[in-house]
Amino acid sequence: MLVKKRFLFIILDVEEYNMAEKKTSRFERVEMPKQPPYIRRRNFAEVALGYTPEMAVKEAKRCIDCKKPVCIDGCPVEIDIPGFIRCIAAEDFSGSIKILKEKNCLPAVCGRVCPQEEQCEIKCILGKKGTPVAIGRLERFAAEWEASQGKIELPEIKLNTGKKVLVIGSGPAGITVAGDLILAGHDVTMVEALHEPGGVLTYGIPEFRLPGKVVSREINYLQQLGVKLVCNYVVGKTRSLKKILEEYDAVFLGTGAGLPWFMEIPGENLNGVYSANEYLTRVNLMRGFEYPKSYTPVKRHKRVAVVGGGNVAMDCARTALRLGAEEVYIVYRRSQQELPARLEEFENAEEEGVIFHFLTLPEKLIGDENGWLKEIECSRMKLGEPDQSGRRRPIRIDGSEFIMPMDACIVAIGNSPNPIIPQTTPELEVSKNGTIVVDESTGKTSLDRVWAGGDIVTGAATVILAMGAGRISARSMHAYLSTI
Amino acid sequence: MFEIVERKMIVPNLHLLVVHAPDVVEEIQPGQFVIVHAGEGSERIPLSAADWDHETGTLSIVFMEVGTSTGRLALLEPGDAIPTVVGPLGKPTEIDHFGTVICIGGCFGMGSIFPVVRALKEKGNKVITIMEGRSKNLLYWEEKLARYSDRVIKLTRDGSYGYKGHIKKGDDIIRETGIKPNRVIANGCMTLSYKTTQEYAHFDVPVMVTLNTIMIDGTGMCGVCRCTVNGEMKFACVDGPEFDGRLVDWEELAKRRQQYVGEEAFLVHHSGCGGI
Repeated sequence: MLVKKRFLFIILDVEEYNMAEKKTSRFERVEMPKQPPYIRRRNFAEVALGYTPEMAVKEAKRCIDCKKPVCIDGCPVEIDIPGFIRCIAAEDFSGSIKILKEKNCLPAVCGRVCPQEEQCEIKCILGKKGTPVAIGRLERFAAEWEASQGKIELPEIKLNTGKKVLVIGSGPAGITVAGDLILAGHDVTMVEALHEPGGVLTYGIPEFRLPGKVVSREINYLQQLGVKLVCNYVVGKTRSLKKILEEYDAVFLGTGAGLPWFMEIPGENLNGVYSANEYLTRVNLMRGFEYPKSYTPVKRHKRVAVVGGGNVAMDCARTALRLGAEEVYIVYRRSQQELPARLEEFENAEEEGVIFHFLTLPEKLIGDENGWLKEIECSRMKLGEPDQSGRRRPIRIDGSEFIMPMDACIVAIGNSPNPIIPQTTPELEVSKNGTIVVDESTGKTSLDRVWAGGDIVTGAATVILAMGAGRISARSMHAYLSTI
Repeated sequence: MFEIVERKMIVPNLHLLVVHAPDVVEEIQPGQFVIVHAGEGSERIPLSAADWDHETGTLSIVFMEVGTSTGRLALLEPGDAIPTVVGPLGKPTEIDHFGTVICIGGCFGMGSIFPVVRALKEKGNKVITIMEGRSKNLLYWEEKLARYSDRVIKLTRDGSYGYKGHIKKGDDIIRETGIKPNRVIANGCMTLSYKTTQEYAHFDVPVMVTLNTIMIDGTGMCGVCRCTVNGEMKFACVDGPEFDGRLVDWEELAKRRQQYVGEEAFLVHHSGCGGI
């Protein structure tokens, strides 16, 4: 009863919040309803609520259907963007999802987490005079519409070629490869080290940004297409890559960026200091926010500092708020301009009350006598000349040290590639950063019949880039499999 | 799903779990562990392998019932199945022809030291096994260990069986015999590992201990198992779980192990009856 009442409040508040919606012209996109910040900062329900059919049609009609659609150039998986939008405008929703799924087996995921503003939407002609067409929101709408219909249409699958493929890792790269190769008629098995599939989509991205049920829906779809899924299987440990190659015709490595970086400053092993991976895994995969119903505990700290400025840092900060933190800080050593997180995620975090300390570098974590974090010593920074990444290098301002009392510190400064396969496969060529070396145009590694893509090749990046890399490998794998 | 072949309490609070996991058994080496997940809501817990059978594909684990997740494992019956037994994880124990090796097992470690004892003996080492427990009724697998040991020393703190004393007593006995070990390997709780390091360091040979840190994924992804060894940050799941105890920062490790003690106790006491 209590739960129902609370939910009702959310809906009422959302309506009130969205009443303020401005009148839109052709050059302004239709806003997507969201849970208002003061409500959503304390619940794990999805923040953005998605377009209604009316909103979607209205937004789709803004698309001017360019003769030479440049938006497609911005899409790593080359979706026929004007095509699917045209269908939505004509209220042919099932047609739109069909077009999306020709190129993208994860539209519900990509519609939510792709950085469209740097990819397809940045190219949109409408962006020159106003706001670009909300391609991501429309993609999400089409996927949700299909799910709401109850039955998912399965594409026709070509004859089984009998060629056996093993996809290692069930994150975005692996899912794309599995999806593409099963459609090409190969016998595809996908293995996952954890007890649930989805990789970073499951353990990393929080429920309020990408609900678990959306991910499991997409994985179910792959299984319906015929992909065999095996969880609890660590390649390199449960079976060596060498032995796997005796059994399969081709192998794809999509094991992701799974080794967290720490800052290498004093005090990082104090209690209350987490890697972003640990914090998010406790909450998402192990459902720590349901403790004690779920047995994996997660601490409900009062004052939390998140170090880093990427999407993962935003996810951690917003998760801490939802676990009841009173004050949550993002500590980032450069300025807001260099913030690697998506603008949308930054805005969401700020609206929810996350406090940003830009140009700030943690120097030392200080603990109490029981080994718990008590305070963080930081320095202020200023920006110097651009470094290799093209961003201005942060320089410490001497004598600017100050202390922040803090119960928890979450380190979200990135990950190295997971070392298990390279360690147990000495023949595989890796770079000095531990990433697997591949031919960029094909995804082929130094080992015969082995391809790789996603974060294991690039280092930590985005979902859609991993999917794009998966597509490249899948194409090359299919070409190879067709010759044997 | 992984089928349970056998589950019984072998001594008070310690359970033997035999599970059908042929993929894990095919590759497993002494000193490695698996992550077990008893089903929705449970924690993922790292447990050392105590024995295995290549023919039947079964893996034996000895675990102590300490909290809610292990409590759930302790209720399993033959024919039940659990969703996750993943591994073998961690680096195997280094097995070589060392000469004389002292193997120490306490608590669940009397089980998990067994594959190490067997492998060392098969490599031609002289193996002296020390079993340590509070009382006679807490020692198990003596025959099994004796089969691969040149000598088995039993220690009980109350003197009800074997010699009376703790780890230190074992060192006294070995010193009396004049044996110079080439390596010491200990398996058990953190106190046993720490005390072994303290008492056996004077031999000036590696004192290899298995660290029981908190873990989630067991593949290097979360970093909760980090510890300081020789001044460097190490992940027990991928760099260990075995380290030379002489290089471990024990004080830090002890504090890190306390992180969730309150939450674990809460779960055990919070039985849902309304009381505390």
